[in-house]
Amino acid sequence: MYQFNVYRIGPEIKLGSVDISFTNASLFMVISSLAILIIFNLGAKKKTLIPDKLQLLSELSYSFVAKMISDTAGSKAKPYFSFIFSLFMFVLFCNMFGMIPYAFTVTSHIIVTFVLAAFIFIGVTIIGFMKHGLGYLKLFVPSGVPMVLLPLIVVIEIISYLSRPISLSVRLFANMMAGHTMMKVFGGFVISLGIVGGWLPLSFSVALTGLEILVAFLQAYVFAILTCIYLNDALNLHH
Amino acid sequence: MLKKIVILLFVTCFACLNTVFAAESGGMPQLNPEFWISQIFWLIITFGILFIVLTKVILPKISDNLETRKSQILENIETADKQKEESQKKIDEYEKIILDSKLKAKSYFNEAREKILDDINKKRAALEKDLDEEISEVEKELSDLKQKSGEKINKIAAETSAELIKELIGEEVNSSSIAAIVEDQSKINRERKDV
Repeated sequence: MYQFNVYRIGPEIKLGSVDISFTNASLFMVISSLAILIIFNLGAKKKTLIPDKLQLLSELSYSFVAKMISDTAGSKAKPYFSFIFSLFMFVLFCNMFGMIPYAFTVTSHIIVTFVLAAFIFIGVTIIGFMKHGLGYLKLFVPSGVPMVLLPLIVVIEIISYLSRPISLSVRLFANMMAGHTMMKVFGGFVISLGIVGGWLPLSFSVALTGLEILVAFLQAYVFAILTCIYLNDALNLHH
Repeated sequence: MLKKIVILLFVTCFACLNTVFAAESGGMPQLNPEFWISQIFWLIITFGILFIVLTKVILPKISDNLETRKSQILENIETADKQKEESQKKIDEYEKIILDSKLKAKSYFNEAREKILDDINKKRAALEKDLDEEISEVEKELSDLKQKSGEKINKIAAETSAELIKELIGEEVNSSSIAAIVEDQSKINRERKDV
């Protein structure tokens, strides 16, 4: 599990009595953010009618996220576009940088994904109450449910609502960690089985790398689209 | 099939995880709270900066680019449509001109043909008239000649016969009676010929 270890880079920084030292996790957060900023800034710089590769990449991601938001949350969610775009890109780049050998995967740490998910949860709840006032509580009372079942349903709805940040964060964290652990385990098999029997786990490892890249993209997408769905609940009360 | 494989992989993975965890001290590094605050702090800083820069600088540029491209393309399509219409108009005009000129050429041709035909007819008529005149003249001459030659022959015959008679008889006979006889004879001859 060495790849998940967090260690200090440079001197120990203390804010009061709290340790906020620059770690390898921080390093990869900075690298991911810088990569996003550089790529998209280069992509947005030129204003040609026929885009070059970077411009095409940035514009395609822009329209991809825009379509995702308008499909799931409707036109009311437009003000939150930049947040969801940043979120999607941040998670995607952190996942993808984690695929580089010897790199650190920021999103394989529950605390990072949980902070993101909790922020989304709190933000969505605040937006819901701001838009609908106390009427937002209708979210927990689905229409068309018989009165007998209502107390039970309300309890289930509240539990499912409160477990959103946990499910959101654990989904991303567990996927990333499990994938990387699995690759490490198969890598270990390659070493232990040697030149004779190591070929099978090696080919498996190669296939897993492809699968992991898919999962890295998919989990970022799922994270963003679930945010959109939560936002949709807050913006348009369907229940 | 894929699901089965994935599930199998997960099972083996967790089976292996136990041994790995057992081998390493301290368990999962994720659950070690030593650097949690640091991670939260740096996450807020990096994600905050990313969010602010994307929102304020980069995303407006991209949306601006997309918008201008859209409007430019629409504009281009509009101008293309206009030009297409114009060219269609020009093509119509051109075809009209071609048609007109074809009709004109036809009418010119017809006119010229009629003129030429007229000319030919006139000339032919004149020529025929000339020919007719000449023919009639020649015929007249011929008939004249015929008549004259008949008279001359009669005359010559009368004179010769008068001289012959003079020689034979030694006496002059009345020339008018001889002429009458010659005339009779020639008439008989002519009748014979006709028969």
